[in-house]
Order: sequence, then C-alpha cells, then structure tokens
Amino acid sequence: MAFNNTDLAAFKDVWVFCEQREGKLMPTDFELISEGRRLADELGVDLCGLLLGDNVEGIAKELGGYGADKVYVCDHSLLKVYTTDAYAKVICDVIEELKPEAFLIGATNIGRDLGPRCAARLHTGLCADCTHLDVDMGIYKDFLHEASTLEDARIDGLNTAMVLGEKHDVSRDLKMTRPAFGGHLMASIICPRFRPTMATVRPGVMKKRPFDQAKADACQIIKPKFELSESDLNTQVTEVVKAAKKLVDLIGADFIVSVGRGISKDVEGGIKLAEELAAELGGVVGGSRAVIDSGWLSADHQVGQTGKTVHPKVYVALGISGAIQHKAGMQDSECIIAVNKNDSAPIFEIADYGICGDLFKVTPMLTEAIRAAKAAK
Amino acid sequence: MKVIVCVKQVPDTSGKVAVNPDGTLNRASMETITNPDDMNAVEAALKLKDETGCKVIVVTMGPPPAEGMLRELLAMGADEGYLISGREFGGSDTYATSQIVAAGVNKIGVEKGDIVMCGRQAIDGDTAQVGPQIAEKLHLPQVTYAADIHKDGDDITVKRMLEDGYMTIKVKTPCLLTCIKELNQPRYMSVGGIFEAYSKPVTVLDYEALKDDPLIDPTTIGLKGSPTNILVSFTPPQKGAGMMLEGADMGTCEKLAGMLAAKHII
Repeated sequence: MAFNNTDLAAFKDVWVFCEQREGKLMPTDFELISEGRRLADELGVDLCGLLLGDNVEGIAKELGGYGADKVYVCDHSLLKVYTTDAYAKVICDVIEELKPEAFLIGATNIGRDLGPRCAARLHTGLCADCTHLDVDMGIYKDFLHEASTLEDARIDGLNTAMVLGEKHDVSRDLKMTRPAFGGHLMASIICPRFRPTMATVRPGVMKKRPFDQAKADACQIIKPKFELSESDLNTQVTEVVKAAKKLVDLIGADFIVSVGRGISKDVEGGIKLAEELAAELGGVVGGSRAVIDSGWLSADHQVGQTGKTVHPKVYVALGISGAIQHKAGMQDSECIIAVNKNDSAPIFEIADYGICGDLFKVTPMLTEAIRAAKAAK
Repeated sequence: MKVIVCVKQVPDTSGKVAVNPDGTLNRASMETITNPDDMNAVEAALKLKDETGCKVIVVTMGPPPAEGMLRELLAMGADEGYLISGREFGGSDTYATSQIVAAGVNKIGVEKGDIVMCGRQAIDGDTAQVGPQIAEKLHLPQVTYAADIHKDGDDITVKRMLEDGYMTIKVKTPCLLTCIKELNQPRYMSVGGIFEAYSKPVTVLDYEALKDDPLIDPTTIGLKGSPTNILVSFTPPQKGAGMMLEGADMGTCEKLAGMLAAKHII
C-alpha cells in the first residue's frame, strides 16, 4: 500500500529518535523519552524509541526505564557514524512502514540536520527547537494561562483552528510551542493535515523521569526490516574528532557568571574576576556574543540566541548590556544578578538584583561578601 | 562552476525587538539586515571565487525591497542576484519556502561542480530547517554546520561542527552546505564594488517565472501548501523588573549576599 500521510487515522504511537554517539545514548534521549511518555499517555498510545547505530541493541533497554514501551533498533555498519543520507533513508523507510503519529527528535546539531531532511521527504510539518509540547487541551491551556499574556477568554476558545478555510478540532493535535525572536514571541504550532507530526526539542528543557528498572526489563526490542547500501551515501565521514580541551558545561551549570563588553579595558583581569566569583559559587564562566566574537573566550562559553540557552539557579551578568539576542539565552534563569556601569542598560529590566557600578570594583567585593555569607551559615 | 547562495533579509535583533500590542512583531520599527549566518555563506562563496574565479549568485525570497540587500551583496563581490517574490509565496512555512527556493535554484540551474550555500539559521525564526529542506527538494547531499570548506576537484571537504567536537566530511558536488559564523569574517563592500553593484543583473522570479517547475503547486506553496499552522502566537509575561540596589560598595555586596543566603540561593 502506498504511503498516504493524509490518512491520519492510519497513524499511531509516539516515537522518539534516540541519538547515540560512539555507541552511547545522549542525555537528550532520556529527556525526550520522559516527555514522550506523557504525550503517549495523553493520546492513549505506545511510546517507542527509534535507535540507529552499529551493534547498539545492548543500550536500547535503558530507554525503557524512562518510559519507552518499545524500542525499534536498526543496526548496520553504515549507521555507526551519523550521516544524513543513511539516517534519513532508514528513518523515512521505517516511518512509512510503521506510521507513527508523532516523531520527536532532540534539537542537537545532528537532530537539526536530520529532522528537516526527513520532514521534507515525508511531506509533513516539523516544528523546530520546541520548548513545550502538549496534547491534552486542559494541560495546554493551563500552560498558556501561566506562560502567556493572552486573555483568558482567548485561551479558553482555542479548541479549533482555521485550516484551509475550515474549522479544525485541535484536541488530538500535538501543540508544539517554541520561541522566536529570542523568546520575545512564542508560537504554538500544529500540523493538522499530515502525519507524523514532527518536532525537534531543545536539549535541557524537558525533565528526565526517575529510572524504573522494571519498566526497562519489560521494554520490547524490535528490529524492523530496512535496506541500506553504500550507494545510498553521497558523503563520507573521514574522521570524528572530540574537542581536545574539556568544553564548559553551561547547560548543566547551576551557577553561571558571564562577562560582556564591559571587560574590554582589562580583558584578562575581567575574566579572572568572573572565574573567582564562579569558583566561589561553584559555577562556570560564560560570555556574551561580543566577548566570543572578540576571541576573549572560546565559542563554548557563549550564552545567547546564537550560543547556549541556559537556566541556572543564579546568572550573574558582568558588564553585559542585555541585547535581545543575549537575553534570549538567559532570561529564564531563576535569579539574575546584573552589574553594569550604565543604569539604563536593558539587562536591568530582567535582573532580580541590579548593581550600578564598575564590575572591576564590584565583582571582587561581591565574591568576598558571598564567601562571608556562606561561611556565616 | 558556480556557487548559489540563499540569503534572507531579517529584522536586526542586536537592538531592541518591538512587539505590537496584539503579539505580532512590529517589523516596520526595526532595522533590516542580511541574516548573519548568510553573510558567512556569502563570504565563503566569495573566497571560492577569489581562489577559482567561479561565479557567485545570490538568491533571496522576500518582498521587493529585499533587492536592496541583494545589491549590497553584489557590492561585496557577488555576480548576479535573483529575487523570488510573489503574493502566491506569502505565508509559507519552512516546507513551502524550501519548495519555492528550490524551484528558484532549479531555474538558475545546478550542475556538476556547483555548490549551493545557506546560512545555518535565520535569527528571526531560528529554525535551521530551510537549508536541509532545499537540499532534499533538489536531491543534493547536504553538510550542515560548516566551519571550514575546502574544494578539491569535484569534491569538497567540510569541517562539520558538533557540540562536542567536529566531523570531517567529504562530499561530491553538486551539494548544499549550511554555514556558521566560525567559518569566516565577512568582508565589507568596496567602493568600486558599490559602484559596480548597480550595473550587475538582478532578476525577479515571480510565480509566472517558476510555475512550470513541478515543485510549484498550489498544494505545496504559500499558506495553503504549508504543513504547519500557527495555532496561536503570544508574548510571555514580562519578568517584573527586580531590585536596583543602592550604591556599589562593600555594603551593597554584603546586603545582596545576605538576601541570597536568606533565600537559600547560595
């Protein structure tokens, strides 16, 4: 039977693409499986992982521990290292055969290469870099009441959407919410006419469930049929290189001290002060785009729209004015402390605590005061 | 050999973003720029031109004023511009956009040895989807997140960035690459370039010009051809401005540390 992606009733189950690198599952896989479990329950369907690699069957069961009912495992020597051609072919072929209703992919550098290629081939909708996913209308509306400035009446009326001039009931659609313009605008996207509904999901946003050994033991491993040969590949990966120095883990950090253009009069001194404060807090150092573009810190330190999106317990912004593209990456921090010479800097609009002053003078005092406050506890 | 660079005009988000009361973007009050990653793609193409003498063609989809952006890219050294513009194309999501841009690229023609380049993602939508989707529609191999590009005969070697390192990928032409800012530093327009830019050709591709391409169909372009729909767009609640502390001395810092400790933040 030909693949008909508009026959919505023929599609069921929620699938998660489980990315592995060098035979190891990625942290995002567990986040997405955990989130996918909730969505599958809301839809009343199974949650399935899709794992591609070379000899990776052994790592599949762990996914069950976070909520997967089944894991489809595609083992092949040509799937050992990620290539767009091989992965897109196998995934699209398996999807056409097994017809999932929704397909989630981690928005990693690999997921964002793979997702659009598959969606274009399958002729379906893909929502990029989602930060919130819902099926159940009650839960979705509760989310909007809390996270939006929409009027209550507008939210309560969101049961249908106009699709090609007709009213469409959105209660079974996956509502995929994502930021645009660096978080100044949010949008909920649906894919009402085609299946599977596809989303890439921002790493670090969805919460991982506690691991359940019984569920892992019960997880079913299935090996679907697929065909793949050298001639399907138009690219050749000649090497995979791990970054030599240990990269800073901004996404996992509870405390981040970031520096901006304000350190320009003494770059090394400014970074040293930030490092001292970060060390006292038990955190790491980040930087604004200006700092990375100037070569003062390496790219893995960049917070912002084109860098990392972080939500630590405390974010200290030293000499950062707060351009929208920077705020996009840090405005969801639990507590923001800003130090800036300019009292009208936009960073103060979102800071919980602001100090108008010279970071070179304030930072060492702040480090000292925090050390003293911790010692006094 | 030629390089076709797909570019987008976007509002400048390095300043303040203006949002209308209804939650839509107040585009009129914002400056427009060429999307930053696209500038790296243009620079990569111009470097190949410097090395090999290849032709560089810039393509954009957008309203008629986007021609101004194309002229700026011609002043940097690109040879020809194409502006894909038409009411029929409005309301397109990434899928529909890739259909249309791919049809535009088909019109220009992709041959052995050619490279199509895009920026990784645009700063207005941040989807990073249109590049790979154009590649799929053109049946070209893709390499995304390109941080270094070397041409060696008909092959290209690309350093493709991962979060924790990189891959080196060899790909045959024609192919599509998406470029990131680590790739290069875009050049400025030259005075001579600005002078010449107005004598270089910019061709408008409207619906009539593209309609014979199989990719252009009412069910695959524009709002009607978009698989995704916006259910609702909204602005998040403004985080209330916090507390500006008085002074910037040791007393101020002690007060702040005291509040953080009291709230068990430290």
